[in-house]
Amino acid sequence: MPLGHYLVLSGLLFAIGTAGVFLRKNLITMLLSVEIMLNAVNLSFVAFGRQWGTVDGQIITFFVMTVAAAEAAVGLALVIGLFRHRESLNPEAFTTLKW
Amino acid sequence: MASDALLFYTFAVVTVIGAMLVVSQKNPVYSVLSLILSFFGLAGLYVLLEAPFVAVVQIIIYAGAIMVLFLFVVMLLNVPREDAAEWDRSHPLYRPTAVRLGGTLAVLLALELGWALSRTSGLAAGVGENRPAVSSVAELGKVLFTDYMFAFEVTSILIIASMVGAVVLARKRED
Repeated sequence: MPLGHYLVLSGLLFAIGTAGVFLRKNLITMLLSVEIMLNAVNLSFVAFGRQWGTVDGQIITFFVMTVAAAEAAVGLALVIGLFRHRESLNPEAFTTLKW
Repeated sequence: MASDALLFYTFAVVTVIGAMLVVSQKNPVYSVLSLILSFFGLAGLYVLLEAPFVAVVQIIIYAGAIMVLFLFVVMLLNVPREDAAEWDRSHPLYRPTAVRLGGTLAVLLALELGWALSRTSGLAAGVGENRPAVSSVAELGKVLFTDYMFAFEVTSILIIASMVGAVVLARKRED
């Protein structure tokens, strides 16, 4: 398969993730869309690593996965904390900085 | 070669449909499950790219650990009823301003990426066709623990920090 196909797929996934972050009004779905974007980048890393016959693309992918795990843990902890305050997951419910 | 293309398109379609379902589902539980579907498609693509270890890690860490964490939180918060709450009565994808702004940005991004790709040369040749693939775990580990030693160690600090942060943020306040 040509490298271009993988890059087009990666770009498509990234655009879907961006659309999710901007369009949805649910904190959980927004976090999931960020995961889609991270995975789109992972795909292009692995495809480029295969293209040049090096192992670095796969190594970077592991680091991205670690960061995604950390992001999910902290993000979900924040979501739980916010939900406890407002009983809502809509980001528009959290426009005040202090309550 | 033909079966290779068939596999690529199958996995690509699964991945894209899964990702689109994540964005369009109303119920977050279904969103999480669609994302797991999408990750299985991605794992298949990693196998096609001769990175089997990444594919396995994708399934075990992403679909297995991170997505289950999401699922736990979604079920813990009992959010399906939340979509019908006072904040949000219409389907989230049908609100005009959000659709106009967010949709335009996403389409612009896709167009720009496509434009950049159309002006890049050397994309038509098969991926890595004249270079041997590095897919052995031993090779991966060797590079990870020599060239990327510092990044690896810093990652452990990152994980400690995020663990402490998650505990502190999600703790019930006594004041």
